[in-house]
Amino acid sequence: MAEIALKNLSIEFGGFKAVDDVSLTVANGEFVVYLGPSGCGKTTTLRSIAGLVRATSGDVLFDGVRVNELTASERNIAMVFQFVSLYPHLSIKENIVFPLKARGVTKVQIARKLEWVTDIFKLGDELARYPGALPPGARQKVALARAVIRDPAVLLLDEPLSAIDEQFREEMRWELGHLQRQLGVTTIYVTHDQREAMSLADRIVLMNNGSIVQVSEPNRMFFDPVDVFAGQFIGSPSMNLIDLAPVEGGLRLGDSDVTLTVARDRLPQWALSAGRPLKLGVRPVNVHLTDEPGGVFLPVEDIYSVGRERFFSFRIGETVHQGVDKRVSPGGSEGCVHFDPEGLLFFDAATGRRVAAEVKG
Amino acid sequence: MVAYPFFSLIYYSFHNFSALRQGTMKPVGFKNYTFLLSDPELWDRFVFTGKFVFICVTLQMLIGIFVGYQMQKNFRGRDVVFTILMMPMMLSPVVVGFLWRYMLNSEWGLVNFLLASVGLAKVDWLGQTTPALWAAAAADTWMWTPFIVLLATAAFRGIPETIYEAAEVDGASPAYRFFRITLPMSAPVLFIALILRLIDSFKQYDLFVALTGGGPGSSTETVSFAVAKTAFSYFYTGEASALAVILLVIIIGLSMILVRHLTKIGEKY
Repeated sequence: MAEIALKNLSIEFGGFKAVDDVSLTVANGEFVVYLGPSGCGKTTTLRSIAGLVRATSGDVLFDGVRVNELTASERNIAMVFQFVSLYPHLSIKENIVFPLKARGVTKVQIARKLEWVTDIFKLGDELARYPGALPPGARQKVALARAVIRDPAVLLLDEPLSAIDEQFREEMRWELGHLQRQLGVTTIYVTHDQREAMSLADRIVLMNNGSIVQVSEPNRMFFDPVDVFAGQFIGSPSMNLIDLAPVEGGLRLGDSDVTLTVARDRLPQWALSAGRPLKLGVRPVNVHLTDEPGGVFLPVEDIYSVGRERFFSFRIGETVHQGVDKRVSPGGSEGCVHFDPEGLLFFDAATGRRVAAEVKG
Repeated sequence: MVAYPFFSLIYYSFHNFSALRQGTMKPVGFKNYTFLLSDPELWDRFVFTGKFVFICVTLQMLIGIFVGYQMQKNFRGRDVVFTILMMPMMLSPVVVGFLWRYMLNSEWGLVNFLLASVGLAKVDWLGQTTPALWAAAAADTWMWTPFIVLLATAAFRGIPETIYEAAEVDGASPAYRFFRITLPMSAPVLFIALILRLIDSFKQYDLFVALTGGGPGSSTETVSFAVAKTAFSYFYTGEASALAVILLVIIIGLSMILVRHLTKIGEKY
């Protein structure tokens, strides 16, 4: 096990900056998830920790020791890849013990280790089979067994569950989290799936365009986004983003003539008084359609159910937004739209950065 | 279309028959076969052919796999080098035979010229049995190694990059990766290449016609050469047919063993 540190890491591919000045320390035994859209640099960062990609500048440190020049086989890492990387010509057993054999571990030790991982992953029945005969989920389980068999300093996982059926993925996700806590191995996990990130991570590293946007524990990532990107990337359905104009007695929403009254202490007074244009971010779970008085009247477009939750969409000017319909008996298209005051997030319209209110919710 | 020549071949092989004297066909049972199999001269043909096949296939596979592994890597000018490498394969065996015959000429050939220029004695390459065997094997290898290179390169390139990355992460050295990943994963293709070269070199005939003419004496005649000579120099059609059938049986037997082995490899995937 080891502490992994990235110092001003940059990686370029022929002029294209895939990773741009990334610094981060992953504590010993921590489970860190790199999250971000495709092409944000998360996989490249992971591959540079593995030693499969060279840093253009900056350092990769394992327990304080610079490992930039070491190849993947010289670093004590294990990795699970997104797509099948089992050796098709070797049996499951041979696949799992491959890293031990490649390193010349004695037969006795190999046998003991094999028994140990076979137990953990319940692979006893599969050992004699070949990868081609297993479903994708079981293959990734074998890949994971192969990864942990030699006590790596760090376990690197590159979207390991994305090629697995939805049903089995849930189960694997749970097992993976359980296994990581059991082994206590430093783990870095890359995904574009926020549910995986939210449920597995000690800390999430949100990346976009090669840079780190925000590093925080999952809950804070949701409730306390640092900018519009973080706010909209996390949470499903996505956070509503509404243009604001300060008017007498509140905030005018978009190009409608609806004014939202907000308590003074919930507003970023300094930004308003400086005349900065702001945007309002509010998650659908914080916008309700209710029968209770006190909301604003906005035209409701559509009401639809996803399982037990009933969503509605409403229109401000040309833009359609989402909310949750909380009315006991779903009525017509007329409704009173409530905005939870503690769910209101303000962003600088020019930079996209979050503008804190006077009082934290 | 396939059956007629095949069955007439078998039919002739049981008769005393010469294509020069039509209408004199006489059934003789297995006499052609017993005569051939008890002929020590024929066993010499088989031994020579066996040696030739063994040398050719071994050299071609080893060199072919080595070069194929180099060609699998990306480097500048790879496509040009690859195209040049493929050229010998496109020539006719007769042309290759004459080309090597000129190069190996004991008086004015390129090979002896080079030997002499570094102070070594000239060798009468095509006038002695063993040098002639090696000369023929060299010519066949020069011509057909590209074929192995072609298939090996394709097989090596077909292995996904993640497999290599996984092996590297797993701590496998380059040599370990080559022997435990690259070779076994390309085994089915390499095996097919091996079978094709085995069959083809076993039947080699035209190269010898051009290169050695079967000489000195008849010491570099392959079995195919002997078939042709029996059939078209002596016109012992029945006997030649019997020999062709023997050759066919050997090749089919050999291929079947190899194909069975190939299927076994294939079952794992």
